[in-house]
Amino acid sequence: MASALALVALSAPFFRAVPLPENSMFQRIGAEKKHGNPLFKGKDFRRVSMTVSVNVSRFEGVTMAPPDPILGVSEAFRVDTNDLKLNLGVGAYRTEELQPYVLNVVKKAEKLMLERGENKEYLPIEGLAAFNKVTAELLFGADNSVIQEGRVATIQGLSGTGSLRLAAAFIQRYFPDAKALISSPTWGNHKNIFNDARVPWSEYRYYDPRTVGLDFDGMVADIKAAPDGSFVLLHGCAHNPTGIDPTPEQWEKIADVIQEKNHIPFFDVAYQGFASGSLDADAYSVRLFVKRGFELLVAQSYSKNLGLYAERIGAINVVCSSSDAGTRVKSQLKRLARPMYSNPPVHGARIVANVVGDPILFNEWKQEMELMAGRIKNVRQRLYENLSQKDKSGKDWSFVLKQIGMFSYTGLHKAQSDHMTDKWHIYMTKDGRISLAGLSLSKCEYLADAIIDSFHNVD
Amino acid sequence: MASQNPIAPSPGAGIYGGSVFANVVQAPEDPILGVTVAYNKDPSPVKVNLGVGAYRTEEGKPLVLNVVRRAEQLLVNDPSRVKEYLPITGLADFNKLSAKLIFGADSPAIQEIRVATVQCLSGTGSLRVGGEFLARHYHERTIYIPQPTWGNHPKVFTLAGLSVKTYRYYDPTTRGLNFEGLLADLSAAPPGAIVLLHACAHNPTGVDPTLDQWEQIRLLMRSKGLLPFFDSAYQGFASGNLDADAQSVRMFVADGGECLTAQSYAKNMGLYGERVGALSIVCKSADVATRVESQLKLVIRPMYSNPPIHGASIVATILKDRELYHEWTIELKAMADRIINMRQQLFDALRARGTPGDWSHIIKQIGMFTFTGLNTEQVTFMTKEYHIYMTSDGRISMAGLSSKTVPHLVDAIHAAVTRMK
Repeated sequence: MASALALVALSAPFFRAVPLPENSMFQRIGAEKKHGNPLFKGKDFRRVSMTVSVNVSRFEGVTMAPPDPILGVSEAFRVDTNDLKLNLGVGAYRTEELQPYVLNVVKKAEKLMLERGENKEYLPIEGLAAFNKVTAELLFGADNSVIQEGRVATIQGLSGTGSLRLAAAFIQRYFPDAKALISSPTWGNHKNIFNDARVPWSEYRYYDPRTVGLDFDGMVADIKAAPDGSFVLLHGCAHNPTGIDPTPEQWEKIADVIQEKNHIPFFDVAYQGFASGSLDADAYSVRLFVKRGFELLVAQSYSKNLGLYAERIGAINVVCSSSDAGTRVKSQLKRLARPMYSNPPVHGARIVANVVGDPILFNEWKQEMELMAGRIKNVRQRLYENLSQKDKSGKDWSFVLKQIGMFSYTGLHKAQSDHMTDKWHIYMTKDGRISLAGLSLSKCEYLADAIIDSFHNVD
Repeated sequence: MASQNPIAPSPGAGIYGGSVFANVVQAPEDPILGVTVAYNKDPSPVKVNLGVGAYRTEEGKPLVLNVVRRAEQLLVNDPSRVKEYLPITGLADFNKLSAKLIFGADSPAIQEIRVATVQCLSGTGSLRVGGEFLARHYHERTIYIPQPTWGNHPKVFTLAGLSVKTYRYYDPTTRGLNFEGLLADLSAAPPGAIVLLHACAHNPTGVDPTLDQWEQIRLLMRSKGLLPFFDSAYQGFASGNLDADAQSVRMFVADGGECLTAQSYAKNMGLYGERVGALSIVCKSADVATRVESQLKLVIRPMYSNPPIHGASIVATILKDRELYHEWTIELKAMADRIINMRQQLFDALRARGTPGDWSHIIKQIGMFTFTGLNTEQVTFMTKEYHIYMTSDGRISMAGLSSKTVPHLVDAIHAAVTRMK
């Protein structure tokens, strides 16, 4: 009898993982008795579950989640034994020898910190004050009026992801009717962040496969068509995954339509300094919007530009029209951080504060960043040359040079990307994205051959 | 919050004074962390901070353990170390070692690979990730938390998507455990409900069940199918013994049942600001544990992608090295002993002073905190007149006391108790 009940219990739909409910979490709390689990009916299951609880897991119905699409690429690469294999899925910088890279300034900062023997007390909820100060100054420029007037609310966050998530939680709480607009395509995790924060989102056109460039008219039209007061997620520079950035003129027009619609700009800045090699140049778009008087949000990450990937260091900045608003916003961001992780990790924040706050280390950092960005520009150049020389079809490969940052959209579709892996042992994401950070000059020729073959010979 | 149409961002325009954030009000300071904020502002030379639960030496200084410094030296000076992203679930070594630490290396759950462990941001992060997982995948979305409990618990679970109820815990008349009330309230909970249990050194009261009482709690919970969710923030720090402080958790795991455990290394390794912790979910089978782990990754990825490496590396370095581990246990016991010593000193001094009341709860309670039994008015009085900083519920952090400051605290308590009722 018990085993029969067990079978019933196992097959009962209530054990299945429940999809996230559509309605707001705050409505759902206390209402679960009314709405309940839509997949089960009646009270009988409870008696059943008590009878079999000894033998059956409460989590029996939990299904295996699909593997992360990006991390899965590195997994497959690892098990490939072919000598020619190339990992272009990785979103982390590699040297010409294809090794991970810890910046010299980071090593120096860590040694300094060790010598000083600083304590490990809790940071305030908003993070390390010295870090918050330098990160806002780095982004906006220390002489920017928003800094001078104390109008920026800055909270240290868990790299880009954590900063985006705090901002999304803030949007959900204070702008519960607003939606987020994200580019098509965008970094895969953006959708997950807004979903989990319960912020509805829709896409604006961005990538034009015909030109392997920006669908500017589509972008503007879609931003215009969205409901007033939407939060428009913009990549500050080095768009991920396409590498395609608007020009300064296009940024002005984007600002125009955002202003017209009373939208709120929400920048994701993960590559400041890493894209062009210049911190100021890469902050152009953010500073333009600030100059035009927008209130806006900016999520920052130091994963790439300071190579601090695993330290999880970033910030969420909210530019407000007054310092009073900034103070209030900051207090509410803290209220969201406290029940998530209480206060942020100190190590990465101290590294950044030490590097950016010390003129000598800061200059050294700028040089190392120029080297990293320079290496990527060099491989782009070499790849472009190889492609142009070897491909006799007359196809225009110049998008390789026009795109910027770690990633490039090659224009290869899924079958072609699979071919890159199956025949050439080149690992990349299925959307045709390659990471230039994982490419060395010596492998450009091989990659060019592979791309040309896949492009022309696979439908 | 009433929704409103955001207004034009350009200066001077708009109905609500020119800001999209006009409806965002100033949040009050966090009640616990706000104590330190107030303390820092006070210029008095006799001020004492008994607010936040961070260990202080006899000299009143923060402490970084020797083993932690040594581990850091090793890490920072290792030329082969890189800062590549950790997996979403964190540092694998750290996870294995953490599970062994709390469940015991010989735990059947570990032998049978039925534990899903993920590195999280200290205790808070582990509780939040666990809560979110339960809100998505568990059929009962109510969690019962003890009355009182750490101030952040209700917020963590509410934002995770659970509904929060309480069970009786502290008895103000005895300044001990309201065991009858606890059993009654858990008996009345719906079958399958989640129950938050402080593994040891209950925060804020310092009142723990005895082993017998734990056994009764376990039997009751298993008979009702209640799901235990342990918050283990003081393993080794409470009694000075790592195994003793894990007894409650191990008792539940030993019966073959499932549970969740949130671990923090903030206090026992002094790694407060590094945010090191782990969430372990003990499952019926290895297969379930694998699936559970995969779903935990989906909770973590959109929250912060992957956890910070530094603190976890320090912990792993210490736990896996016999000599460093041993040294850690000695330093840990020294911290616990100093706190036990402070309890004794405070108790003796109050008795010697003749302060009215039974103060024996000070030496009966365990861990970093003492629930003094002082009321809000008395606390406010002590802060104002004696510059004693503590939370308004009467909780004091023994870790913030020293032999030097005990007399001043005794003065303050004596005055508060005799002048204000």
